[in-house]
Amino acid sequence: MALELTHDQKMLQDTVDAFLANEIYPYEEEVDRTGKVPIDLGRQIEKRSKEVGLFSANLPESVGGGGLDYRGMALLEREYGKTSHALHSWIGRPTEILLACEGEQREQYLLPCVRGEKRELFALTEPEAGSDVMSMKTNAKPDGDDWILNGSKHFISGPKMPDFAIVFAATGLDETPRGPRKQITAFLVDVGIDGFSISEGSRCVSYRGYNTFQLNFSDVRLGPGQILGEAGQGLEQAGKWLGMNRVWVGASCCGKAERLFDLSAEWAATRKQFGQPIGKFQGTGFKLADIAVELRAADLLVVDAVKKAEKGIMTDSDAAMVKLFCSEMLHRAADHAVQIYGGMGLMEEMPIQRLWRDSRLERIWDGTSEIQRHIISRSILRPLGA
Amino acid sequence: MKILVAVKRVVDYNVKVRVNLEGTAVETNNVKMSMNPFDEIAVEEGVRLKESGKCDELVAVSIGTSSSQETIRTALAMGADRGILVETDDPIEPLGVAKLLKVICSREKPDIVIVGKQAIDDDANQTGQMLAALLDWPQGTFASRINIENTKAQVTREVDVGLETIEINLPAVISTDLRLNEPRYASLPNIMKAKKKPIDIIPITELNIDIAPRVKVIKVSEPPKREAGVIVENVKELLEKLRNEAKVIS
Repeated sequence: MALELTHDQKMLQDTVDAFLANEIYPYEEEVDRTGKVPIDLGRQIEKRSKEVGLFSANLPESVGGGGLDYRGMALLEREYGKTSHALHSWIGRPTEILLACEGEQREQYLLPCVRGEKRELFALTEPEAGSDVMSMKTNAKPDGDDWILNGSKHFISGPKMPDFAIVFAATGLDETPRGPRKQITAFLVDVGIDGFSISEGSRCVSYRGYNTFQLNFSDVRLGPGQILGEAGQGLEQAGKWLGMNRVWVGASCCGKAERLFDLSAEWAATRKQFGQPIGKFQGTGFKLADIAVELRAADLLVVDAVKKAEKGIMTDSDAAMVKLFCSEMLHRAADHAVQIYGGMGLMEEMPIQRLWRDSRLERIWDGTSEIQRHIISRSILRPLGA
Repeated sequence: MKILVAVKRVVDYNVKVRVNLEGTAVETNNVKMSMNPFDEIAVEEGVRLKESGKCDELVAVSIGTSSSQETIRTALAMGADRGILVETDDPIEPLGVAKLLKVICSREKPDIVIVGKQAIDDDANQTGQMLAALLDWPQGTFASRINIENTKAQVTREVDVGLETIEINLPAVISTDLRLNEPRYASLPNIMKAKKKPIDIIPITELNIDIAPRVKVIKVSEPPKREAGVIVENVKELLEKLRNEAKVIS
């Protein structure tokens, strides 16, 4: 990477690079072809990542995590972005929302996740509520001290069948100056309890082997101890980490773009046509120049957002800019890579087509490009009264 | 038991090196630098001896510019306890390095010094042997296995005829071969811990050692590019080309 790193950051990068080279890259092709990560392989990645301290690196040392700062996490996610979610998601980074666990919830949910004994799913999206979160139909109604949960979630992704899900559900209405607004509450819902069914969802051409799950809730009874954080505050809680997640998506896009760039540059320097390396033709060489510049700019956007996040001043718009630019930069880099490789780029024995397919998802999940543009434009216009 | 390992900062083994414009050295500006791979093996061996309880303190020494602190930091992240940097901006030849390490040995009094058999930049393969001679200690070079028992070390050496195992008295100097072990990568907790481990920086002038170069580099050039081969039709043609063109048989 072209950005200046401290020696500690370089060591971290070297460790992750070596980890990917030994534990992940050798399995990419087979996992993509079969659409499955064998359970033994997943367990092995999990185990080895614990040995080098990468598992739960994102969580504070006080709960047994690696205590990595945001800059370190951005580096980690950038390296992981070079490969597939199907594989690197086995290096667990439990969602930070779990830090809201209190009392018995800590031993029941948070700490087992940090240790890798339990896996969670983050269940927000619904068939009728994608970008439009507020049209959420999943709801929980009070029944004495308990709550009765009904509804469904889809496109909920994870490496394997989880032990519990963090489910967002409407629990009431707030009156606001702009009309009624749904109250959203986050619940901890164990897999296996009555009325909760979970099944593998549709297969996706991006990140083959990374599962999406379909969750259905039919009169699921939840005790008061299953609320994560404060009732009615689910979206506010999630919002803080969703913003950070968009930065991580941006960082991972930079990693994937770098891998595509390295492969493209090597091809352009060695593949000969008309008696010279194809990179010497400006049609090809200039594509490399464009990718290199855009990648550098994208990396700088990540660093800028991370610096702000560390000071606690990162806005939704800052995170949206990172997610938007990095994922669209990756899209252009992947398309250029296919063009530079020509027909070879689309052949299944080459990694280009896989990275190209994987790249496509990045402009969609964690908020589409359109939603990111909406967030950015809203932040421009709102202060002007529009 | 105290073990001292010597670590050198060199151009990373993955980098395709280029000769500088003046033709006097390999270009190191804007090039990725790493710990000499044979030294990584030395550090790994030291860390394993620590883990087995045979070594109490592992000290990593480097001689070089201020940037060599990074190389020491890498050794600390792998598991060494503390570091020493003999700081200099001048390149030091193997004899100079051996003399400086001897001074460090007289201060630190290690039981074993483990060094890489050679550094991948100049491939000199001299420092370990010279250090043993200057200290008048036994040496076990090109080690592919090391077994420490009390005051003795059994060193299995990779030699032309196979494997040779020798027994030497401690203190001793051991140099590592490629197959001694596979170095670990630093774990995240150890990278964090390494920040707090001390590095002692000694200006080279303080040691008052004659490190004047004995060798003058006249020219550094790239090896000739390999020409494309030709496919011969049959053995007869091959023999003829070997005899008349390559002139390797008569």
